[in-house]
Amino acid sequence: MSRTTMTKKKLTKKKLTTLLAMAAIAPLAFSACSAGGAGGSETSGEGADTLTILDYYNNEPDKTLVQAALDKCATDLGVTIERESVPGKDLIQKVLQRASSKTLPDVLMLDNPDVQEIAATGGLSPMSDYDVDTSGFAPGILEAATYEGEVYGLAPAVNTLGLFYNTELLAAAGIEPPTTWDELKAAAAALTVGDQYGMAFSAIATYEGAWQFLPFMWTNGGDETDLGSPEVTEALQLIVDLVESGSASSSVINWSQADVKDQFVAGKAAMMINGPWQIPALMETPDVTWDSVQIPVNKAGQTPVAPLGGEVWTVPVTGDDEKQATAAKFVECISDDENQLALSEARYLVPTKEALAEEYVEKVPTMKSFTEQVANARSRTGQLGEEWPEAATVIYTAMQLALTGQVPVEDAFEQAMAG
Amino acid sequence: MKSTTKHQETAPAVSAGAAGTAAEKGWGEPAGGEPRRGRFTRENVAKVLFIVPAALYLALFFGYPVVKNITMSLQAYTTKTFFTGEAPWVGFDNYATMFGSQLFGPALLNTGLFTIGSIAGQFVIGLALASFFKRRFPLNNFLRSMLLLPWLLPLIVASATWRSILDQDSGILNRFIGAFGLEPVPWLTSPSVALIAVILVNIWVGIPFNVTILYGGLQDIPEELYEAGALDGATGWAAFRYITWPNLRPVVSVVLVLGMVYTIKVLDIILGLTNGGPANATQTLSIRSYQESFVNFEFGVGAAFSNILIVISLLFAIIYLRANRRAVDE
Repeated sequence: MSRTTMTKKKLTKKKLTTLLAMAAIAPLAFSACSAGGAGGSETSGEGADTLTILDYYNNEPDKTLVQAALDKCATDLGVTIERESVPGKDLIQKVLQRASSKTLPDVLMLDNPDVQEIAATGGLSPMSDYDVDTSGFAPGILEAATYEGEVYGLAPAVNTLGLFYNTELLAAAGIEPPTTWDELKAAAAALTVGDQYGMAFSAIATYEGAWQFLPFMWTNGGDETDLGSPEVTEALQLIVDLVESGSASSSVINWSQADVKDQFVAGKAAMMINGPWQIPALMETPDVTWDSVQIPVNKAGQTPVAPLGGEVWTVPVTGDDEKQATAAKFVECISDDENQLALSEARYLVPTKEALAEEYVEKVPTMKSFTEQVANARSRTGQLGEEWPEAATVIYTAMQLALTGQVPVEDAFEQAMAG
Repeated sequence: MKSTTKHQETAPAVSAGAAGTAAEKGWGEPAGGEPRRGRFTRENVAKVLFIVPAALYLALFFGYPVVKNITMSLQAYTTKTFFTGEAPWVGFDNYATMFGSQLFGPALLNTGLFTIGSIAGQFVIGLALASFFKRRFPLNNFLRSMLLLPWLLPLIVASATWRSILDQDSGILNRFIGAFGLEPVPWLTSPSVALIAVILVNIWVGIPFNVTILYGGLQDIPEELYEAGALDGATGWAAFRYITWPNLRPVVSVVLVLGMVYTIKVLDIILGLTNGGPANATQTLSIRSYQESFVNFEFGVGAAFSNILIVISLLFAIIYLRANRRAVDE
């Protein structure tokens, strides 16, 4: 290679490097433009009669079943809908993210214990602004959706917890479904044979574990505002007794409610605490025959009180008053009688309007015990509101401490409350 | 540092090396010793243009998050903040909450035990396997690639699988132990065993990384050294002690420091296996940070926890850099 070609090459190379460097920056500039553009078009692109909806029913069959109810309301109100379904665990993060970017949906579904927390931020608009009729709904679910005296959303259908039992195993052992804690302990002990446990429940170190403890705590007169009370300790003693006697596996501290259902379906647990949302899964294994009763009580005469689960549809503050009014009508429609019955029947839930209970049980007899349970069910946030997560943390921590034998039952709550 | 400045002096009109020198010069002395007219030459523009993408990238993806994390730890940053945009300054309240929490001490201790236990296990087994695969034998390559499997598996899948393996009643591991007449071990249900179980699973996850890097290091050691050593009577253990180990040291320090930084922040495995339980026995700083931020939505306290993690990681990075510089100086 001669000297001249060398320098030429150097020059072109130099040019090339400049070009390359510019090319490297260009996309950054373009992407900045396009990001701005996308943000702008998102709000302006939708028509005035399009409602955006955010929920967490991202699994079948729920996704389709809910879509049917949404479509019906869209037709009724003459609007088009744009629905987005995210996984349950991502919903709150998604809501926070969209709140900070001012792109909240027109209609937002929230898990009922989260409603007050989000309402407290000022991100939701109260139903009374739109004259939505909230009468006739079960008090528990209204309580969950109420923040500082205002109702922030409606739920078409709810769930709760009950005691499922394997009819075949109980019949073979000649045991009636238990109604009191003593009967529960006796039945669980009698049904524990070989690698089959009498009882299964979830005591996992998450809010799920706390939720499963509530029926025993509330039924016995315990309250989340006073976790140091003897009533609460007695409830903890019950579940510790079940595990220590070997009637329930010590793995309950790691079981989610889905794990509990798997144990029940596999015939490894004769009874379990679980909710009606497991019924479709239970139906998939027809050789396991089951039925359900209300949560057993400590002393005869007590009323079984279980926690209320389910999702509430709300109207976020988007700044577009007209759209918010339409969204409120939409929320009202999702919870109308027809939708309540349709959604409950299809998804094994309980209608929230008390007047529909009788008609519903006639239609779906398997839901009898759960419908009864819902009538007395309590919401998790009714007493504590935004403070509920802290109480829930204390509850599951105390359960874990006591079940692993780290701390005696009577000291568990005190220890857990210490942080 | 010394060598690069020399490079700049001896090559005043570099063209091919523009990228390298531009990066250093742009940060250090913009005007340099050069005459003023040289400021806007095409060459200098090119240099700056080369820096801009890297600088933007660093500022956006490293600078911003770190600064944001530090400011967040000094604010009451909660769910409300996302709606109102208000995050009042609270000084060191979040740090006080963190240090005052009963879980801080145990979490710190667990983080230490988890990191040291995992690294020790991964490294020893990884080195043993790497030395083993250095020999030539049939199916060597096949088996070595199979070893990578844990690395390819999504961690959330791996932890779900291990959870069922370690199940106390029906887990395959306890069934296996039972076949020898031993009592079932409460792997994930006993607070005194759970941390060990979590460490064991993390060792399994980390072995491929250690084997791969250490195997690469072993390949780089010239065969002649071993031949020469063999003539002087250094075979087997002596060959490892006097030839392999000294030659492998730079690789070892890379593996250990990277392993440290990877392990100290492990979240998914612990979340999948125990979620910090039973009875908080497997709480680590990263689990605390996650739970404060994304379960309790106390982003300020969560940020404080993760800042502690960053400081610890930084400490190890500095130790590594210093050790490396010393090695270069030698």
